Amino acid sequence: MSQTIAVTLDLRGLSCPLPIAKTAVAIRSMHAGELIEARATDPGSVPDFAAWCESTGNELLEQTTDGGVFRFVIRKV
Amino acid sequence: MTTETVSPTTYDEMFEAMHAELAAHEHESAKHSNLVIFAWSGDLDRIWPTFILATTAAAMGMQTTVFFTFWGLFPLVKNEVRITGENWMQKMMSMMNRGGTEHLGLSKMNFAGAGPAMMKKLADEHHVASPQELLEVARDLGVTLIPCQMTMDLLGLERGDLIDGLAEPAGAATALARAQDSLTLFI
Repeated sequence: MSQTIAVTLDLRGLSCPLPIAKTAVAIRSMHAGELIEARATDPGSVPDFAAWCESTGNELLEQTTDGGVFRFVIRKV
Repeated sequence: MTTETVSPTTYDEMFEAMHAELAAHEHESAKHSNLVIFAWSGDLDRIWPTFILATTAAAMGMQTTVFFTFWGLFPLVKNEVRITGENWMQKMMSMMNRGGTEHLGLSKMNFAGAGPAMMKKLADEHHVASPQELLEVARDLGVTLIPCQMTMDLLGLERGDLIDGLAEPAGAATALARAQDSLTLFI
């Protein structure tokens, strides 16, 4: 997959509900099909991003962990 | 004379149909696309979860409304406004119960303001967003914040005493009209 990331969000250091809330704000100004990459350090963001994507229909393409930083790549529905 | 007997299999079928019916409705009622929170309390430990739930619901695409009534109205007062009201009773009330997100007390362990100070320090250390920050995010996400007109009259709060970005003050009927077909919480 070689689609480029349209928006990158640094959510490190933020805790619930800001990682989700800020992602929701950012995704509003994106076009359908574009990708957003978010990095967070709140461990709760792992289940929360999955739940949020499931409920909003946005597609969680990748979820990786690197030294306490959780990275999410989401495609806007 | 004939007596109708119901065989055990028919009972099983009836129960199965009943369970299927219940399950279908359970799913129906569990799925709401709107959230209405009645924010009645001005306590920090209630306003905090109110704003957390409201911002998260809006982020999830739910049409979200918070109706601020009674003590719940005080967090909407501008932080710099000290005394509100027309008569001595309303003024006294605002002196003893200062409005604004910076001046909220805890429902327990308040210790004349030491409790909230400790809570805010803990929140800072754990990077938990303050009610003020959450309020701003709520406005960004389009949460409808309705001040209760009746409480404003009762407590002598003017529109100018309250923060910007609120919906027009309204009454119980507006809030309840929005609450139909919505998930509702009274906090």
